[in-house]
Amino acid sequence: MSNNLYRVQAGPEGYLPPAAAHMGIELPEKGNALVEGSIVLEDEAMQKIAEKILMAKNPVFFPGPLILWAWNEKVIAKATAVNELAKTSGARIIPMPDYRPKYPMINPEVEINPNHPNLTIWHNKIDVCVFVGVHCHYANVALKLIRGGTDCYTIALCGEAGHEDAMISLRDVNLDTLKKLNEIIKVKREELK
Amino acid sequence: MKNQRVVEPEYLFFDAEREKKFITGSEAIKEAIKRANVDMAIAYPITPQSESMHLVGDIFAEGYLREYFRGENEFAVMSEVTGAAMGGVRVFTATGGPGTLRAFEMFPTWVGARLPIVCAFLTRGINSPLTIQPDTIEMAYMLDTGMLMLHAETAQDLYDMLLKAFIIAETTEVHIPIGVFADGFFVTHTKEGVEIASEDIKLPAYDPYTAPVPVMDMENPPVRQMRDPFVMKSNFISYAAHASWQQETVSAGERARKYIHKYLGGLVEVENEDADILIVTSGTAVSQSREAIALAKEEGINVGLIKIKSIRPFPTEEIKQLTSKAKAIIVPEFNRVGWLSREIKSVVNDSDKVHGAPRVYGGMTMPIELILAEIRRCSL
Repeated sequence: MSNNLYRVQAGPEGYLPPAAAHMGIELPEKGNALVEGSIVLEDEAMQKIAEKILMAKNPVFFPGPLILWAWNEKVIAKATAVNELAKTSGARIIPMPDYRPKYPMINPEVEINPNHPNLTIWHNKIDVCVFVGVHCHYANVALKLIRGGTDCYTIALCGEAGHEDAMISLRDVNLDTLKKLNEIIKVKREELK
Repeated sequence: MKNQRVVEPEYLFFDAEREKKFITGSEAIKEAIKRANVDMAIAYPITPQSESMHLVGDIFAEGYLREYFRGENEFAVMSEVTGAAMGGVRVFTATGGPGTLRAFEMFPTWVGARLPIVCAFLTRGINSPLTIQPDTIEMAYMLDTGMLMLHAETAQDLYDMLLKAFIIAETTEVHIPIGVFADGFFVTHTKEGVEIASEDIKLPAYDPYTAPVPVMDMENPPVRQMRDPFVMKSNFISYAAHASWQQETVSAGERARKYIHKYLGGLVEVENEDADILIVTSGTAVSQSREAIALAKEEGINVGLIKIKSIRPFPTEEIKQLTSKAKAIIVPEFNRVGWLSREIKSVVNDSDKVHGAPRVYGGMTMPIELILAEIRRCSL
């Protein structure tokens, strides 16, 4: 497939899908976001996120160590906002507490391992997932695996530069972004009633 | 510690007043590290690198670095550098030639662990038979480690590339090691005018908490965040996870392109790109080519020059586009295998027009007459 035709969409994409960055997908600049490989305004992406989560049968938030551990007051505030966001969305929370391997295997009912994310997604029949507070490297590793082996729609709320491998990715996500997204989801929920 | 003012990288790179000093490449390394806000440097001697880390030791004694010590050998140094970077400090080292090969296992390890280590490679021949003379063959081995590779033509390049390498390597979405390569002896042991900023200013400190992987902070939970040892599992999803991991490190290199443009003005520099004959090369072969091009011009032969600054990521699209109309592409190199020629042949539309010559090795200099002879052959 030509690089400029590649789109980051729900899978399963196959045995070994390419990294989106290899296929010409570039991270957005500040104020922008990625939707399925295309750069859009952040507000547009937030509307799309609200739509995808609210239309999902079983949306799940995967909070990572960056917000699961009480590193400082800012993190505690962000974690509270994510919790609120999941409640507003009617989504479950399955944590990614750390990145270590678990033997013989993780319990997919209660947690997700970035190296084997398909187990948790298959077991819980998750159709839309939201990564938040996951270190960028581990998020990208997991996002490609999910695209390769499942039909789950992936959303990444990134505090840094964003993720090409997510179907929707915001960048520079902070407390205000989370609160704004919460309000957008509330409005969208009313519209969809 | 020395009292230096922290300034924005852009100010240090582009706006700060500079003074021209007549110094060697090794001294240019010292001057770059002095302004790089490096926490730790670890040294092990090997010609022609030894002097550079010796000089870095001198600035440690003057209070420009927090820690400096000598490792047991190159593999030990690169392993110790790994630990330092995992612990979240800005770290620097240098090696060359057989030292590069002795430490080799650690380079892909740095990449896989997403460590923003900056290492100067001051190239020389590879044993055996024993040689300490100039050669760029070690770069051939480094091409597929996943490290970013910048190639300095001059001591000025070396100074600028080293400073900028820290900022590019530490960018969250890049965050992989950068090797800054310079041709041993030709750059390290000869003096030239190098424009350098005041020693009273330095780069901002590295913030390991913006890294794409957790810093190994043993004082805070969760200290158990070690990298997955996939080797202990034999199932498809573990293989797929390792594959995805490798893809992510390559993606990190792709993301560096934007920052190489921002800080180095692009992956290549071009002069007279419309000429029928183009010389495409890197390192000190660029300087020799400039002289040959001037002589060719006197003979009425029009020759252009593409200087490749970034070997990894490789300027694939730039080379493809810039060489599309050229009738001949000459690639002079300081090594036997012609690794740069192979790289260029793999991206141009017609590889038959790539002339992998002249090629000198074993410690030879590259007389400009050899390049001129190649130009004459191509102009017939």
